[in-house]
Amino acid sequence: MRRAELVMAVVLAAFSGYLMWKSAELPIGWIPKRGPGPGAFPFWLGAGMLACCVWIILRWLRGIGPLTSSEEPYMDRHALNQFLLGAGSLGVMIGLIHVIGVYGSVPLFLIFYMRVLGGHTWIKTGTLAIITPVITFLFFEIALKITLPKGYLEPMFYPIYDLVY
Amino acid sequence: MEVLSHLVDGFWVAAQPLNLGLIVFGCALGLFIGAMPGLGSVNGVAILLPMTFLVPPASAIIFLAAIYYGAMYGGAISSIMLGIPGASTAVATTFDGRPLAMQGLADRALVAAATASFVGGTISVILFTVFAPPLAEVALAFGAPEEFALMMLAFATFVGLGGDDIPKTFFSIFIGLVLSAVGLDIVSGEPRLIFGGISGFMHGINFLVLAIGIYGIGEMLWTIESSRGKLDVSQAIVSVRRILNCLRDLKGTIKSMLMGSFLGYFVGILPAAGATPGSLMAYGVAKTMSKNPKTFGKGNVEGVVAPEAANNAASTGSMLPMLTLGIPGSPTTAILLGGMVIWGLEPGPRLFVDNQEFVWALIASLYAANLFALIINIAFIPMFIWVLRLPFTILVPFIFILCVVGGYAPTQDMHDVWLMFGFGVVGYLMRKLDYPMAPAVLAIVLGPLAETSMRQSLLMSQGEFAIFFERPIAGPIMVVAIVLFLLPLLKMIKDRIKRPAATTGA
Repeated sequence: MRRAELVMAVVLAAFSGYLMWKSAELPIGWIPKRGPGPGAFPFWLGAGMLACCVWIILRWLRGIGPLTSSEEPYMDRHALNQFLLGAGSLGVMIGLIHVIGVYGSVPLFLIFYMRVLGGHTWIKTGTLAIITPVITFLFFEIALKITLPKGYLEPMFYPIYDLVY
Repeated sequence: MEVLSHLVDGFWVAAQPLNLGLIVFGCALGLFIGAMPGLGSVNGVAILLPMTFLVPPASAIIFLAAIYYGAMYGGAISSIMLGIPGASTAVATTFDGRPLAMQGLADRALVAAATASFVGGTISVILFTVFAPPLAEVALAFGAPEEFALMMLAFATFVGLGGDDIPKTFFSIFIGLVLSAVGLDIVSGEPRLIFGGISGFMHGINFLVLAIGIYGIGEMLWTIESSRGKLDVSQAIVSVRRILNCLRDLKGTIKSMLMGSFLGYFVGILPAAGATPGSLMAYGVAKTMSKNPKTFGKGNVEGVVAPEAANNAASTGSMLPMLTLGIPGSPTTAILLGGMVIWGLEPGPRLFVDNQEFVWALIASLYAANLFALIINIAFIPMFIWVLRLPFTILVPFIFILCVVGGYAPTQDMHDVWLMFGFGVVGYLMRKLDYPMAPAVLAIVLGPLAETSMRQSLLMSQGEFAIFFERPIAGPIMVVAIVLFLLPLLKMIKDRIKRPAATTGA
């Protein structure tokens, strides 16, 4: 926790600095008759973020603050595994949407999560992996008229489009 | 009795088949969401908001409000049966609810929680009906400086009363405001903070992207990590006779219920305070009021009744500033407020004038939602207990999928989905270090309003910040806000005077 506290504060401080620098590309001063420039609001907020980070870092250096003396690991092996599996599989699923679309990546994600991670039966996994995209399609494409990305699987939907529209 | 006639009109709208159906469905769904460990009203409302584009705006808000209500009832179920709060708002319910369940009296605790929620909800809706119209009338006279002062007050309550680490709370507020500034500048029309011209940032960062990222993806990552090991579900014996007996036993706890309701309501009105501190305070007060405080924590029904009445009352209370002033009283109402903006209902005092029908329909639906939540809750206790046995390896992927399609739907841009994923992961990593997330969500909703009102005020005053202090309403609000900002500082100084040597050795 100790190290994580410092690392996070330094990273966030760098991010704040970057935001201030980007905001300063627009006028941040007072423009007569128009009020504060468009960059002023984000610039000073970025400055506020930076000040908070400096506050946290100074506190860390002086050895005060709730997490500064915590020897508990930020993430133990179990937590790290869970985090990487959860966030990683989600990231892969979102990435796959660009390639095989929502209707391809959602069943794959469900199969991975339920069968591989959860050890559920093939019947349970298969049923949900088939029903979920069907309901999603009915809800979004038919009821809401929102087309979800389909990637390279788009041609497979032409017969359904013909049927529906 | 103008209020009464408005209310009757409201009931007519709420009783339309579509709205009534949505109230019942929303309550049931909210109960499920609340009962699932890790998910609460804020998660449910954030994740499901994009799904409500199917129905007209007024019905959508009614539906989301019913989810909000149902989740407040449902939170108690996992607190009692698992000993794990279904949401942070139900933490106080575990203190006595779990011991009762361990003694085989789970049904008693569940019925007590449902009844207290009903009492808390009903009292607070009545208070709401009485207070909202006059408050909205006063607020009609507010100009830009007053609006800005109110927003400062909202942020100040996070700092002064939020109880989280101070620099981290400030950071959370600032980053939320900065994120809200991304996109085209409202006054000059110039693009700003678009990070090298990434086109996805041009339309700004939708508050839903942050809200779903944090309350959907981040929350699930958090739940996966904290739920190691097997869950131990208590047994509940439910029969009509036992439920009637339980209800009869609750007569003695009316005092605690009433106390919880009033306390919860007024705490709920405060921006940022919300249902969690409200229920914890009610628990504390019930304990001190009690003749035998020693039985608290060992299975005293009053320890279930007081926080449950309070958290429901607080959820209604937090809608008061949202509807009348346009300042949300809790993270959930912040998301509702953002939703209203999407639907073109401008929140704030004008709402009571311009969209009278909608406002009263919403209020009437709160009465109805309360009743339905009570009935559904008690009738389907065994079903909700079944939900608790749902394995995380089924729950988690479904929530993730809902987040992804829900994040995509409003703008139909994959850029937003990636951004949401990023917010979820970073939010989770920051939350592990005790950075509070609610202020950031509130800030991204209020950001555009805060910036506009500040720039308008400064234009009015030719750049003099004194304008915020000189006006008769804005002035006192700003002073209160500043006091709240300074409160933790004063506390720190007091602590240092008390034990001056404590920091030297560390």
